[in-house]
Amino acid sequence: MDFVLNFPFFSIMICMLAALSTFMLGKRAAAVVAKAAVFITLILSIVLTVYLHECGESFVYMMGHFPAPWGNEIRAGELEGIMAVFTCVISLLSLTAGSASIRNEIDESKQNLYYLITCLMEASLLALIYTNDIFTGYVFIEINTIAGCGLIMIKNSGRAIASAIRYMVVSLVGSGLFLIGTTLMYSVTGHLLMENIHESVMGLVADGSYDVTLTVITALMTVGLSIKSGLFPFHLWIPDAYSRSVAPSSSMLSGMVSKGYIFLLIKIIYRVIGFDVYKASGVFNIIFIAGIAAMIMGSVSAIRSKYLRRMTAYSSVSQIGYIFMGIGIANDAGAVAAIFHIITHGLTKSLLFLAASSFTGKKEDIKISDLKGMGHKYPLSAATFTAAALSIVGFPLFAGFVAKMLLANASFTEGWKMYAAISAIAVSTILNVVYFFRCIINLYAYGGFDGKDENNGTLDLKSDTLIVTGYERAIHAVSISALAVLNICIGVAPKLLSDIITKGLNVFD
Amino acid sequence: MFEQIYDHFNDIIAAILFVIGFSNLLFQKNLIKKIIGLNIMDVAIFLLLASQGYISGRLAPILTDGSENAATYINPIPSGLVLTGIVVSVSVTALMLSMTIRLYRKYKTLDLDEILMKVSEESKVEDSSDTIVKISDDKDGQEREGVK
Amino acid sequence: MSLNGKDKKRYYTVYRIAGALLVLILAASLIFCMFDLPGLFSADHPGENVVAERYIENGIEETGAVNFVAGMILDYRAFDTFGESNVLFAATICVMVLLLSQKPSNGKERCRKDTDTAEDVVSETTEIEEIEPLIARNDVILKTVAKFAIPFILIFGIYVILNGHLSPGGGFSGGAIVGSGFILSSVAFGFERMEIFLNKKSAGIITFVSLLIYCLAKSYSFFTGANHLESGIPLGTPGNILSSGLILILNICVGLVVACTMYSFFSLLRRGKI
Repeated sequence: MDFVLNFPFFSIMICMLAALSTFMLGKRAAAVVAKAAVFITLILSIVLTVYLHECGESFVYMMGHFPAPWGNEIRAGELEGIMAVFTCVISLLSLTAGSASIRNEIDESKQNLYYLITCLMEASLLALIYTNDIFTGYVFIEINTIAGCGLIMIKNSGRAIASAIRYMVVSLVGSGLFLIGTTLMYSVTGHLLMENIHESVMGLVADGSYDVTLTVITALMTVGLSIKSGLFPFHLWIPDAYSRSVAPSSSMLSGMVSKGYIFLLIKIIYRVIGFDVYKASGVFNIIFIAGIAAMIMGSVSAIRSKYLRRMTAYSSVSQIGYIFMGIGIANDAGAVAAIFHIITHGLTKSLLFLAASSFTGKKEDIKISDLKGMGHKYPLSAATFTAAALSIVGFPLFAGFVAKMLLANASFTEGWKMYAAISAIAVSTILNVVYFFRCIINLYAYGGFDGKDENNGTLDLKSDTLIVTGYERAIHAVSISALAVLNICIGVAPKLLSDIITKGLNVFD
Repeated sequence: MFEQIYDHFNDIIAAILFVIGFSNLLFQKNLIKKIIGLNIMDVAIFLLLASQGYISGRLAPILTDGSENAATYINPIPSGLVLTGIVVSVSVTALMLSMTIRLYRKYKTLDLDEILMKVSEESKVEDSSDTIVKISDDKDGQEREGVK
Repeated sequence: MSLNGKDKKRYYTVYRIAGALLVLILAASLIFCMFDLPGLFSADHPGENVVAERYIENGIEETGAVNFVAGMILDYRAFDTFGESNVLFAATICVMVLLLSQKPSNGKERCRKDTDTAEDVVSETTEIEEIEPLIARNDVILKTVAKFAIPFILIFGIYVILNGHLSPGGGFSGGAIVGSGFILSSVAFGFERMEIFLNKKSAGIITFVSLLIYCLAKSYSFFTGANHLESGIPLGTPGNILSSGLILILNICVGLVVACTMYSFFSLLRRGKI
């Protein structure tokens, strides 16, 4: 067995150990340890992905001394590898770009706990990505939920806690549904491991027994996971949670936490229930319609909102709609497009939140009309914000364009879904243009800013500006430019990424 | 019909309990009642799991009289899953309760709708007077030293 | 919140109706499903397959644990259980973030928009002072009963932890019993008595060390297992206290973590510090 195959296990354990050790460390050491752990994990994931891309296979890894149906297992293929790389990139860049926000907005004695929660969340996301067992999936979903709640409420204001409790209630409804789905699945098939469940499900479908129960299980798991990722009728917690937490939290929550659940859902569709059985149950159509509704309603709400971060959060709702629409198209190309959009949206949305943190300063949120002149005060943040906005709108040369094109292409073979998908993408794109261009125009408009930076790095109690040291400013600039460059790279050369996803999806079942 | 109900007695009770807990979690305004609903929901799932593993006439899965025959004992897997579920439920309950305590201290009410209303009013106030900066020693009334 | 009052009201009505429909659909489909499930308490349940069979028939040779459930959760499916103790850890951290009171930062006036006014702080403090005497008051019955009960509770908890692989129980249940003993003692004799040996620092160290041992031990066994190496951990004679390899150590670690967590949940919810 090649040593490389240990890397998924190493990445989970390194993040767990880092989480544990930050518990005993001070804030500075904790920051270093957390970033180092995520960085090592990133390197490991890249090496693993390259290795798997070359051999083009997937493998299972025994967690313990016992083989398949008895012990726990994790599984890795190209798709898992690229997802792991993606989560590591987002959490690493969020931590580096957000270090000023973390230092300024979180209570001093609790900053190490912030890094702890981040590491735990990274570990749980990796476990969710690699898991090959639905009950393990459930346990790590709960860690993810609790860590997400910690990321929201660590700001410790009443408003942040109120939005955290709302998030928690909605998430718990989702995990309750997922758990009872898992329980029913166990009672029908007698297994918890994905491959064995798949075998039993195939047997049950051939027998024709339990057909209603299987449909109900499918629906319960799908609804549970889509509630947790904030699909349209259940999106009400998103704007509050994203706009009231600190900038790196919003970036991680919108970029990766909700995406972990979607990835698990894709895994369940392909590896647990089976694509054909899932398609026969008709749940794809529900996902498709909910996705389209989310695309439109999210954009409409974003246009109505007057605040920058709240608007960005609503835009997340609509982008999650795109992803679910891609899954709901119900063919392989649709799933590829959905996973591609998971990655592009993660990169763009975290860039939007991180760049916006320069404009908001210490304030929770900023009115879009107050953005006037910010483009001249913070040129780099404004430029990257514009790049990310163009990417979300779907401007050619940016990653978002490729994602939208893949989504539209995937729908061509699917009859009525083609018309619905293409018109929804068109309408949603126009709405996106409306609200993002309003921001960009405001950013570069003159007025509001008188030309000099009053408190450059100095401590000014009466001001809302963040107290930023030169190092933090530099690292913020590097991180957001890295995100923007990644975005453009994917937009210019999408072939590699889409190849990896396609090949990874092919070895999925 | 009665035969069938008798055959699936625990399962049906579990389903009813689950729905009761679920609707409490969704519709109750009071946060404590929401948490109770959450616990009812979890207990329903544990009941369902535990009754999936139980087989009449068999023993608990602990070696008795040296018998290593699988037909002597009930299925150990659901028991383990219930254990995991209980721990998750305890953690989540503690977290929800502590958030409730903080919200109650700040807004003096347990009604979630009222809390959200107060929160949005608070944002509006802040919105209209952007320059007001409150000065205080501590955040959110956390100063509870020197008690006793 | 860009909605005005009337919009909001309409919105809530829609939400309620949609929610009621959802609950009705859920209830109908769940109850329908339940009739479809394999019958209760019968031996031809799908769960009665090779998996459960091996856990019981080979459990003792492979894990050394007489309690098959302990063998299952701490050896066969150890990754789940590892995740589970991390759920507990994550929840403890979040409760600490929420409720741990900080010392006022040495007179330096900080200014933020999210803080409460000084008035709020004062009213909250008085409220807590009103409750606090209830705990510290001199209750003879409680104290006498606690004096007799606590040693037994603690010994029973330790017994349950140490015999986790031999009899019903294990780290989680035993830890909860020990934790309840701590809670009883702090209720009867006041928090100061407990603080002598279980304060923020020691609880933190105990949790950290136990979880670290847990993490390292399990990493070792996952690594050797996946690479098909011999783990070299002796299983001992089944039925003895010192047997079943890592399970005893893991049970002790989990027990310590759970005991500290239960006590710190109580203490944090009660008065905002450990």
